[in-house]
Formats: sequence, C-alpha cells, structure tokens
Amino acid sequence: MSNLLLFPIIIPFFFAIILMIFPKRLKLQRILAAAAAGVTVVSALFLLAKVDADGVQAVTLGSWPAPFGISMVSDPLSALLVVTSSLITLFVIFYSFPTIGVKREQSYYYPAVLFLMVGVNGAFTTGDIFNLFVFVEVLLMASYTLIVHGGEKPQLRESIKYLLVNIISSALFVAAVAFLYSVTGTLNMADLAVKIPQIEETGILTVIAVMFLVVFGFKAAIFPLYFWLPGSYYSPPIPILALFGALLTKVGVYAIMRTYTLFFTMNISFTHELLGIIAILTILAGCVGALAYFDVKKIIIYNIIIAVGVILFGIAQLNQPGVDGSIYYLLHDMLIKAALFFLVGIVAVLFGTTDLRKMGGLIKTYPVLGWTYLVAAFGLAGIPPLSGFPGKLLIVQGGFEGPQFWGSIVILATSLIVLLSAVRIFIYAFWGEPVETVPLKKSVFNQMFIPTVILVAITVVFGVGAELFMPFISGAGEVLLNPSIYIDAVLKE
Amino acid sequence: MEIIMSVAIGFLFMAAVYLMLSKSLIRIIIGSGLLSHGAHLLLLTMGGLGGNSPPVVAEGVSVSDYADPLPQALILTAIVISFAVTSFFLVLAYRSYQELGTDNMDLLRGTEDYE
Repeated sequence: MSNLLLFPIIIPFFFAIILMIFPKRLKLQRILAAAAAGVTVVSALFLLAKVDADGVQAVTLGSWPAPFGISMVSDPLSALLVVTSSLITLFVIFYSFPTIGVKREQSYYYPAVLFLMVGVNGAFTTGDIFNLFVFVEVLLMASYTLIVHGGEKPQLRESIKYLLVNIISSALFVAAVAFLYSVTGTLNMADLAVKIPQIEETGILTVIAVMFLVVFGFKAAIFPLYFWLPGSYYSPPIPILALFGALLTKVGVYAIMRTYTLFFTMNISFTHELLGIIAILTILAGCVGALAYFDVKKIIIYNIIIAVGVILFGIAQLNQPGVDGSIYYLLHDMLIKAALFFLVGIVAVLFGTTDLRKMGGLIKTYPVLGWTYLVAAFGLAGIPPLSGFPGKLLIVQGGFEGPQFWGSIVILATSLIVLLSAVRIFIYAFWGEPVETVPLKKSVFNQMFIPTVILVAITVVFGVGAELFMPFISGAGEVLLNPSIYIDAVLKE
Repeated sequence: MEIIMSVAIGFLFMAAVYLMLSKSLIRIIIGSGLLSHGAHLLLLTMGGLGGNSPPVVAEGVSVSDYADPLPQALILTAIVISFAVTSFFLVLAYRSYQELGTDNMDLLRGTEDYE
C-alpha cells in the first residue's frame, strides 16, 4: 500500500487553493501554476514507475477494508493517463501565458485549470463508481468555470447549453448508480467485478450497462450524444479549448473502457456489439463535420469526435490487439489534439480569424510553423512512423480478428478523410497567395511556439519509439483483459 | 412504500422533462432541479426503505431492522453537488440575461459565425 497514487490529485488541489488567495499577483500566479503542474508531472512519473515495478497499486481511504472504504486504484492504464493528462496541463499552462490575456489570468484562471486537473486525475485513479461521479463533478465544475471564463457573449450562450447537458447526464449518472447499487449491493469497482458474474439475471444488468453507456457517452461525445460538443467547445479561447479537447472527452472514454472491460462483461454479444456500432457511427458523424466546415477550430473539434469513435471501436472488440491499440491511440490522441489546437491557435492569432478562406501563404513567413503543423497533421491521420499509426494498426487488427471486420474497413477508409481534413488546413493556411498577417512580436510568437514544438516532438517520439512504450501499453491492456489482476490488487490489500 | 416512491420519482422526472423542454431559461433551471431531486429520491429508494433502529451493529439488531445507511451518505453528497451546480446555473442565467438581453432559448440559438 502506497499513498503515492494520491499525489497527482492532492498536489494541484493544494496549489489551487493557495492560488485563490492572491488572484491579482500575476507573476506569482504563473510561477506557482507552472510549478504545481510540474510537480504533478514528476509525481505521476514516479507513480508510473512504481506501478510498472510493483504492479497495480491500491489505497483504501481511512484504512477501511476494501469493499467498504473508498478505493483509489492505479493500474498501468490509469497511471499512463495521469502522466499524459498532467503533462498536457503543464503545456497548456505554458501556452496560456501569452495567449489567454492578463484579465483572465487575474480572475482565477489558473486555480480553475488546476481544479480541472484534480478532477481529471481523480477520475482516472478512483476505484469506486460513486467516487467517479464525484470526481467527474469536480472536473465539470472547473470546466463550467473555464468555459464561461471571460464572459463573452458566445461563451455565455454556449455555456448554458453545456451546463444543461451535463446536469442531465449527471442526474442520469446518479440514477444509474442507484440501479446498480440496488442490484449488486456494492459500488466498489473491484467488488462489482466479483459480484456481477454471480448474478444470473443478466437482463437488468444489460439495461444498467446501456444506461452507463449513455451517461459516459454524454461526456465522451459518442454518436447520438455528441450534438453539444462542437458548439460548446468552439466558444472558449484556444488554451481552454486545447485542455477540453485533450482531456474532458477522454474521461468519458476512460470510464467506458473501465466499466466495459472490468464488470459489464455479462452480455458481450449485445453490449459490446452495440458499442462497436455506435463507435463506427461516431466516426462517420465526425467525418461529415470535419469536412463540412471552413473553420480551423471546428475541423479539429470534429476530429475529437472521430478519435473517440476509433478508440471505442478497439475496446468493443475486447481482444488483445484491439484493447492495446485503444490505449495507445487514447494516449496519442490526447497529445496530438493538444498540439493541433496549439498550432491552429497560433495560425488563428496570426491571421486574426479562424476562417480558412481568409488565410493563405503562411509558409513563406513562418516556414517552421508550417512544417510543424504538417508533421502534427500526418501524426493525426496515422501516417507511419508517426504516433497515430501503431494505435490504429492494432485497432484495425483487433477488428479483423473480432466479429466486426467491417468496422476496421470503415476506420481505414476514414483515415483518408481525417488526413484530408487536416491537410486542408495546411493547403488553405500555408499555401496559396500570402494574406496580410497580424504583426506579432517575435518573443510572443516564441512563447506560443516553443511549448507547441515540444509537444509535437513528444508525439513524434511516442510514434517513432513505439517499441519503447509498448511494454507499458500491453501491461495496461493485460490488466483490462484480465480483471482478476485488478480485483486481487484491490480486495487482497 | 417503494411503489409510491417510484410513482413520485417518475412524476418528478416527467415534470422535469416538461419544464426543460420549455423556452424560458428559469423554467429550465427549475426543471434541472427537479430532475436531480428525482435522481436523489431514486438513490434513496434503491437502498430499500423501512427499519427503525439506528444502523449500528449491536446485539439483538439484525440487518432487516435498519435502513441501509450507504444510500443516505451518497444522497447527501449528490445533494451538495446539485446545490452547487444549480446555484452556478442561476448566476450564469442572470449574467447571460444581463449580457444577452434575453432568457428565451429560441433567441439563444445561432452559431458563432454570426453574432
């Protein structure tokens, strides 16, 4: 038993509280926020090393025995996600310095970002389904603050809808938890994994599984429930958008991954086939949006939806390549989405607009930016040896080995659409007749560009050095496919 | 007793959906409040009702003598959260009424491209 797995949750929490005391001290806010994220990244890396060395870590709060107390569990998957999300938050904080504006910085911007980090890391770490609800609410509350932060008219208008959608999904979450509790009598995930196979009435459990799919689907933006995402994510400024795009939907995806591999496995032929079909529909819906718009932010936002579909399709196959591929693709997607939002943020600042038709010729004045974008775009589409490729390869392989081979064909075909949608930004913004750009100080440009380049470099390393990361990924996949490892770590503490 | 509660919960959900489908923002907020009330009552009922003894393990007290205390702890957490969210929603609604000059959801439609 080690308390290490609580640090990525507690550190940002304390720093956020301290930062709320002096909102106007700009320099101190920036230093402390960056320090908080940095320390969290370090502690998350220690946690990952510990999990890799000693296996799944579990802490039950208050030293109650496992099914009674609230368990916090860190298996390789959650440790990897905690590392990635902390890293992205660190970069977002650096990227915020020049872009978010002093006025926002002085009104509790950094505390809100850190609270979001608390919620995200907590949701990835918790081993109790009701505690998951609480952490999701923590991150939602922070996201409500961030999405309306600054109080511009479009922000206010869109945050009402965002808030309402999430209130409905939270109420459904409570209802689903209630049903689950009445059927199984426990809320501890490991205990659920023990109790659910003993229940012979699988019909009611299937209903509950689908209810949870709806609840998490609202957060993850799966096919019929993604309608709120493009509008809501469009309104906040770029750093917040990058944070949301990289982290928020992924919490929903993680929750589906966890519940659908650990305990909702009593009726795979129905629930997982449904998940697979929904995943493919999600990809198709995202593709339509990614091609339909001439707006750089909208194009990348719809690419979030496509990625959610790809990841969930791998999980729905429930075989080793599919699950490994999903985990790999999930980590890749978090990094690459943050990098792409950073890049289109710079492009949008340079042109003073997000409309592609009013852009052009940037490659002449900012060649490095252009080539960095191209690398990121190829990474998104999954061109080898960049980071999108290994994940997608494994997912497609999983699909061919599983029953839904047609889904793999759709994923392969839509990769081309993803490539087209990302390269379209390159063609319109970087090629063509040069359009007058907004003058930007070299130092400000560098402040925006350096975190972006480092993030893109990380994704390249993640892709080229896939062999290096595969032991972690397959370790995480092994725990997902063999729930007994997870159960033993929690219950035999 | 559980049957009566189920009917009450169903009614709350129905009223919530009806209110949330209307155009006025304040009705929507009340609807969201009712929705979370329904969910909370559901949580309470799912633990099973009845039992008079305090939930303390003692001699002569069997499990059927007291109500399950866990849903009551859960509902408390859920109430606090929904209280916070509702108050945030009210502030947001007031602020957007000031800024946008309307509380009609029909007029709050529209995409970002045209203000």
